[in-house]
Amino acid sequence: MTGLLAQALNGVQYGLLLFLISSGLTLIFGVMGVINLAHGSLFMVGAYIAYAVVTATGSLWVALPCAVVGGIVVGAALERVLFRRFYKRDHLDQVLLTFALILLFEEARSMLLGNDFHSVATPAALAVSVPMLGGFSYSAYRLAVLVACLLVAAAMFLVIERTRVGSAIRAAAEKPEMVDLLGLDASRIHMLVFAVGTALAMLAGALAAPLQSVYPNMGDGFLIISFVVVVVGGVGSVAGAFWGALLIGLVDTMAKAYLPFASGLAVYAIMAAVLLWRPTGLFARA
Amino acid sequence: MVSPGNVSRRTFSAGMAALGAAGALGRPAVAQGAALKVGLMLPFSGTYAALGDSIATAFELYLAEKGGKLGGRGVQVIRLDDESDPSKAVQNVNRLLSRDKADVLVGTVHSGVVMAMVQASRERGVPLIIPNAGNVAATRDLCAPTVFRTSFTNWQPAYGMGRALAAQGVKRAAWVSWDYAAGNEAAEGFRDGLKSGGAELVKTLLLPFPETNFQPILAQLAGLDIEAAGAFFAGGGAVQFVRDYASAGLAARIPLSGSGFLTEGTLRAQGAAAEGVRTALHYGDGLDNARNAAFRAAFKDRAKREADVYAVQGYDAGQLLAAGLEATKGDVDADKVLVAAMEKARIDSPRGAFTLSQSHNPVQNIYLREAKGGENVVIGVAAPLLADPGTGCKMAAT
Repeated sequence: MTGLLAQALNGVQYGLLLFLISSGLTLIFGVMGVINLAHGSLFMVGAYIAYAVVTATGSLWVALPCAVVGGIVVGAALERVLFRRFYKRDHLDQVLLTFALILLFEEARSMLLGNDFHSVATPAALAVSVPMLGGFSYSAYRLAVLVACLLVAAAMFLVIERTRVGSAIRAAAEKPEMVDLLGLDASRIHMLVFAVGTALAMLAGALAAPLQSVYPNMGDGFLIISFVVVVVGGVGSVAGAFWGALLIGLVDTMAKAYLPFASGLAVYAIMAAVLLWRPTGLFARA
Repeated sequence: MVSPGNVSRRTFSAGMAALGAAGALGRPAVAQGAALKVGLMLPFSGTYAALGDSIATAFELYLAEKGGKLGGRGVQVIRLDDESDPSKAVQNVNRLLSRDKADVLVGTVHSGVVMAMVQASRERGVPLIIPNAGNVAATRDLCAPTVFRTSFTNWQPAYGMGRALAAQGVKRAAWVSWDYAAGNEAAEGFRDGLKSGGAELVKTLLLPFPETNFQPILAQLAGLDIEAAGAFFAGGGAVQFVRDYASAGLAARIPLSGSGFLTEGTLRAQGAAAEGVRTALHYGDGLDNARNAAFRAAFKDRAKREADVYAVQGYDAGQLLAAGLEATKGDVDADKVLVAAMEKARIDSPRGAFTLSQSHNPVQNIYLREAKGGENVVIGVAAPLLADPGTGCKMAAT
């Protein structure tokens, strides 16, 4: 029983990290209709920013805002220069663009920081182990990441459900024509969503760096699992991304622990089941 | 496709080759037939670039010590970057054999890439010396008269670790690794090693390669009734696993051990989390023998950095090739004589002397090491003169 609780905690923690990545993916997909394959690379860029900044300054507390600000800048620039030319084009063109971005990000990473794996030190204040159930400890940093993810999720809900900007984003995601009817500036909403989505992915990368270690192509696995989360939760729905990420995090963790032979398959089985039962995802508003 | 006779390899201009050898080694070479061409197919870029560089540098160090000649014949080294990419492996082997006319192949690090080299060696009868890749098949099911290895099988270090744990009185242990060939081969070694000392492998925990979310596995380990855990990870995965293991608070209750790669070249990144982790490998820091001291000094002089286990394997590839060529006076076409001499060779390695098993894999000491202050300090011998079982090796006559 204690083992089960420990695994549930692992699943929730993993799921919340997935939420940070997939919330940006689902918003960009929902509002602009772009399949951003480079989202995993942005996660990697965030992790490498954490590595570079921690190496230079010794502090993750400096690295986290750097990743967020870097994400906003990179996201806004990508939207302005590249993506907005692709909204009206078909998905194949978008896939080609974003795949090219993956190659560019990886090559830039290789040239700037090399191909080695690196580990990023956890902040000294959080480097202690907290005893949990079943003779198992959790590092304080891992718990802090869990709390940070929850705070980000709460902030996103507040913004999206309670503010004017949020309702404009919701309108853009659900009824794009409403944005024009309400006299809102769609192009600014697009840039905002893209910048925030990118910043979330890079924040996730920076938060994960001390947990995950930093290595080439580290975003690939996260990209695929994030697409699963988006499909399960429903495209464009932040609430869907939240509950979908928790579900996928728990299923993946439990499968690894209790059904190791099926651990690679479990999340995809869930996705297939959801697609059969509710093809638009669990939280899509029909 | 290619005739077994090696006439074409011989037609290369003798003068050119001698020039190449002389230029490469900075000393006059006496042309005595064409230089022997050794194709070093290794990763010189990508994740394993450092390993490839160690192996190549040490191989060339040995050549330089011998004045650029093996068995009286000048040797020209051709380096080819295999990028650790299995999809380019066949093409790369063909480039070395057909375009560069290599007489001998030395390589490589990646288990998938080495299979193309093994196949080429089997089909064309070109001698191959494997200076790292540890997949058991190369010296088990797919063994061949011309295929030799100076490194290890994945089974060997893990066997040593299992045996050492059993000798310490451990009765029940678990194994953790990625679910891929190397991890599974090591798991078998660990199990066999434990069994040799009357201990039991009670659980094998696998996760998909190259997943690094170790939390579910660690929570499971915490709930097992075991006295020790063994692991096989390498590179970034090894760094992460050792750190996560420590922060999960398991290290005190269930000591972590593993194949040597768990802490090889990763100690700096693992930091304090690795302190006290015991591993088994055919090499380690502080091995006290004159051969090792001389080798390490010479390597450091040439490479401007410390030697590692990969350098030892590359150096010994040179020694093994030399043993064969001395018997044939530098002739690689005298297949039977060459193979027989290499089979019988006693290699005076920095790791300690070793001979080859019937399936052409080193019969070597597996040392027990403990991570202390950034070094894998040798604290004993986990398994003396250990041979891989070589199961399934049916060596056809040359």
